[in-house]
Amino acid sequence: MGTAEPAKTPGRPGADTQVVPLRHPGRPRTEMQVVPLRHPGRWVAAAVVCLLAAMAVHSLFFSNVKRDGVTESRFEWDIINHYFFSTGVLEGLGVTLALTAVAMAGGILLGVVLSIMRLSPNPIVTGSSWVYIWFFRGTPVLVQLLFWYNAAYIFPSFTLGVPFGPALAHFNLNSWLTPFVAACLGLALNEGAYMAEIIRAGIISVDEGQTEAAQSLGMSRLQALRLIVLPQAMRVVIPPTGNETISMLKTSSLASVVVAPELLFRVEQIYAANYYVIPLLMVASLQYLWVTSVLMVGQYYLERHYARGAARQLPPTPLQRLRRWLLIRPDEHRWARLAHPKTVPLAGYPHE
Amino acid sequence: MNEVMVSAEGVRKHFGRLEVLRGIDLEVRAGEVLCMIGPSGAGKSTFLRCINHLEKIDEGRLTVDGELVGYREHSGRLYELRDREVGQRRAQIGMVFQHFNLFPHMTALENVTVGPLKVKHEDKGAATERGREMLRRVGLADKVVAYPRQLSGGQQQRVAIARALCMQPKLMLFDEPTSALDPELVSDVLDVMRSLADDGMTMVVVTHEMGFAREVGDSLVFMDEGVIVESGPPKSVLTSPRHERTQAFLSRIL
Ligand SMILES: Nc1ncnc2c1ncn2[C@@H]1O[C@H](COP(=O)(O)OP(=O)(O)O)[C@@H](O)[C@H]1O
Ligand SMILES: [Mg+2]
Repeated sequence: MGTAEPAKTPGRPGADTQVVPLRHPGRPRTEMQVVPLRHPGRWVAAAVVCLLAAMAVHSLFFSNVKRDGVTESRFEWDIINHYFFSTGVLEGLGVTLALTAVAMAGGILLGVVLSIMRLSPNPIVTGSSWVYIWFFRGTPVLVQLLFWYNAAYIFPSFTLGVPFGPALAHFNLNSWLTPFVAACLGLALNEGAYMAEIIRAGIISVDEGQTEAAQSLGMSRLQALRLIVLPQAMRVVIPPTGNETISMLKTSSLASVVVAPELLFRVEQIYAANYYVIPLLMVASLQYLWVTSVLMVGQYYLERHYARGAARQLPPTPLQRLRRWLLIRPDEHRWARLAHPKTVPLAGYPHE
Repeated sequence: MNEVMVSAEGVRKHFGRLEVLRGIDLEVRAGEVLCMIGPSGAGKSTFLRCINHLEKIDEGRLTVDGELVGYREHSGRLYELRDREVGQRRAQIGMVFQHFNLFPHMTALENVTVGPLKVKHEDKGAATERGREMLRRVGLADKVVAYPRQLSGGQQQRVAIARALCMQPKLMLFDEPTSALDPELVSDVLDVMRSLADDGMTMVVVTHEMGFAREVGDSLVFMDEGVIVESGPPKSVLTSPRHERTQAFLSRIL
């Protein structure tokens, strides 16, 4: 840093083929000025989008209709607002969240076991994992849910023991298989089949040299899998798992057919009594929507966590970017950075 | 004469119908550096992998420090060892790969200490202390918290060497450690290996660096098509090869 920077000494002898570094537009420090490319198409697209958005906002919030001679707001926001925080809806949301969490946790656990079985050298183990996946992916979830709901009919009680031999444990399924348990079972067992394939894809995406290096350090196969392979597989596994979680949140509404008291079921109960069908469906949708949004943010940070070492430098999070942008000194062209975020360097704000 | 560290007698290995090793006999004594050369596909990597039982041999006998790596011998029979027991023996044999195979989700220090912590169940403080020491030894004291992808190839390979050394092995295996490196980075890695040899580490090195083989190697083996064609002191094998195939190979690469 002690020597003068050559780029700041214009007219250096013999410097006619000098490379021009990119600087802030509007504040050229070099001999040549960079004229940013214009994009008229973008402005047209932006205008169209703004127009459509305005129409949507108007029809959603500011338009009225006449029903039976009474003028009221089109989407009955007062009713949506009233039921959004009602006890029934919140309880339903709680059950939906519990169902999603249990089904995903069970599914992931099952998926890990099935995927490891799938990669086992033992053909019987591999085969049984394959059959499981074949069956649970090959039949509709709705049918599986209905099956578990009615399982107590086929197995009123369930005895664990040696076939044709002594019994070890005894369950009374009739009392034990509540709608919630049936829904959890159905969703988790189904999810396990999908998670198994996702996790297997993650495991085989990790180079074989990693296992070899781990084994040459003296790790056992399982240690190598747990400490070396699975953490690396996570990068490949997390995006589709986030997808599955978000999808599960909504698939869990299928549990309403087996009278599990989840969000959609509770909403249906309410509108069966008061006929506010659309407002209550809006309530359910908005509840699903905000939980999905939270899950998406969670997924973003989880992905970042497992990207450690995968990229040389992690890009800043949207929050970090916003904070830095607000901290930019006025002479640093805050607005120019908005239009050209890639080309204008964040001077003076090194990566943390 | 020192004790025998690696001993191979009639080692054979095939993959399906392909015979990769067809009767390998050799001996490496403690403190010796054995270099192996030979054309691609000769079976050099396979032999190294057999030494630490990453591959099972089909015939013959292969011992490290007097012990079979994958088996226990009892009244004339060989009993296969459990995964964990093989691990305990492998832990005493360091291996360095052509493509480094560092763990990309761990920093240099974590790469170096994961073995001592998880395999030898060492105390964290002691393992970290030695990990830093090993990284210093390979000239990377300032890269302790760097992830592999933030390092150059030469630096990565030196971390890989430190990782193997941190297990305090009695034998080090190198499989073409400089073949994937840019030419100007090769010497850094070779310097580390040379200093290891000077400290008396027993090493088996598959390499195409003839200068290294000549200066550091105690003996040189030329392998082709699964057999040892020629062996002896590096200088004599390199300057006056007796065998036709050795001559042909050397004339191609020199
Ligand atoms: N796991 C394996 N399965 C089948 N063939 C293999 C396997 N590993 C190595 N080979 C074959 O064995 C031969 C020797 O390979 P290798 O030991 O890697 O040779 P070198 O390291 O001397 O180049 C090659 O023909 C290679 O294709
Ligand atoms: Mg090889």
